[in-house]
Amino acid sequence: MLLITCPICGPRPEIEFRNMGEAHIARPTPEGTSDDDMAAFLYLRSNPKGLIAERWRHVHGCARFFNAVRHTVTDKFVTVYEVGAPKPDLAALAADLAADLAAREAGR
Amino acid sequence: MRFSFASLLRNAFSAHTGWPEQWRSPEPKAAYDVIIVGAGGHGLATAYYLAAEHGITNVAVVERGWLGGGNTGRNTTIIRSNYLWEESEALYDHALDLWQDLSQVLNYNVMYSPRGVMMLAHTVHDVQVSKRHVHANRLAGIQNEWLSPEEAKAFCPPLNISRDIRYPVMGAALQRKGGVARHDAVAWGYARAASALGVDIIQNCEVTAIRRGPDGAVTGIETTKGPIGAKKIGVVAAGHTSVVMGMAGLRMPLESYPLQALVSEPLKPVFPCVVMSNTIHAYISQSDKGDLVIGAGTDQYVSYSQTGGLHITTHTLDAICELFPMFRRVRMLRNWGGIVDVTPDRSPILAKTPVKGLFVNCGWGTGGFKATPGSGHVFAHTIARDEPHPKNAPFTLERFRDGRLIDEAAAAAVAH
Repeated sequence: MLLITCPICGPRPEIEFRNMGEAHIARPTPEGTSDDDMAAFLYLRSNPKGLIAERWRHVHGCARFFNAVRHTVTDKFVTVYEVGAPKPDLAALAADLAADLAAREAGR
Repeated sequence: MRFSFASLLRNAFSAHTGWPEQWRSPEPKAAYDVIIVGAGGHGLATAYYLAAEHGITNVAVVERGWLGGGNTGRNTTIIRSNYLWEESEALYDHALDLWQDLSQVLNYNVMYSPRGVMMLAHTVHDVQVSKRHVHANRLAGIQNEWLSPEEAKAFCPPLNISRDIRYPVMGAALQRKGGVARHDAVAWGYARAASALGVDIIQNCEVTAIRRGPDGAVTGIETTKGPIGAKKIGVVAAGHTSVVMGMAGLRMPLESYPLQALVSEPLKPVFPCVVMSNTIHAYISQSDKGDLVIGAGTDQYVSYSQTGGLHITTHTLDAICELFPMFRRVRMLRNWGGIVDVTPDRSPILAKTPVKGLFVNCGWGTGGFKATPGSGHVFAHTIARDEPHPKNAPFTLERFRDGRLIDEAAAAAVAH
């Protein structure tokens, strides 16, 4: 079970939360949007092996939505941030993680 | 070498030291007619049917790990075809037909055992949904029947049908032709048969890029064992499909989740069939080795960790202990996770893609094992003829754009 840090309530066990899928997928306006773009909004997901920006809801706590960046191989959270904040630079975060790992390897 | 009574006898006299390797392990050639990415059951079956039914033997199956080491070796081996919609009924029943004589066709014992799959109903809603399935199936000529709680108990004596448990059994849908098969043997049988027909199975060979020509069509792949050329590539990478398809610049309607299973210590034969409960999320059967094979649910988040949270399996064991009180003191030996690729409508994608020469077979989610022969059979047809087999024609990528979803959410093996 994951330990998830709600920005409002602090660290709580995963069963208090509901994962709400990939974050930063903006709904297009129906007018003038092609079927392909609408399908992409509804169904296509990046499903990355690596860092993912995703939505969580602390449904059995404060009930608030928030966003998080998590690594989908280690399941470790990198950061949590508020809904409406810009999407973090996942490539830069991944580079930081790789640098951290390299530093730890070097120190060993 | 064919397996026969004579060959068994001969090798028994030589202390079983004379058996040859069952498939070749060649180095990759520079180019093939078709490359299959992923040597799980579906990928190997595709390669086998390409060679056996379409005469395309210049085929490579490339595999990141070892063959059958992903979800093929991690599932709970349940086989059934009692899906709700006509498209799925046709596809899964095609597979069920192929299971019947698969051991004879492959000359390899896949231990297909049609012992019956019973799906429990615990609420009024469950009863209505299950009966709808039974009726839909019977209209389509698919075997499925409704059982009262007493009939369910007669079919599976360990079942607890008392009225005072948290989720009492209110009835069950039974598909008698359903059952189990030995999952490893399915991968090995297809690998052996495909290899004998000339297919190269290349293990420990990870795809790192998909090469495209100036017209956008695929020209081959880059791998950890060097580049391999091909005009046709079939991606059968299960949980890693999004990763591989991303190499061709495609975003997929897929999300990958850990799905867990566990086995108990081996017991004497005590459990005659397969029992599934969608509502309280447990499925169970007993392997020929004697261990109880128990399937749990998926985690709620996208992950490639191949583990999953322990609270998921705990929840499943709660259900097992209530439904089958005699298992309360059984010890569990191992649990594990596999990464399943789930589509928005819980139906698979077996189709051509917008990229010329690139084909995809994915999205089997939590229940792909049962479809292994049928999946390989129609996907081989799709690759060989460059057009879908009638049975997989509805399972396109474009159905999401066109609103032609095959919504099996309620019919899938687990409640969603």
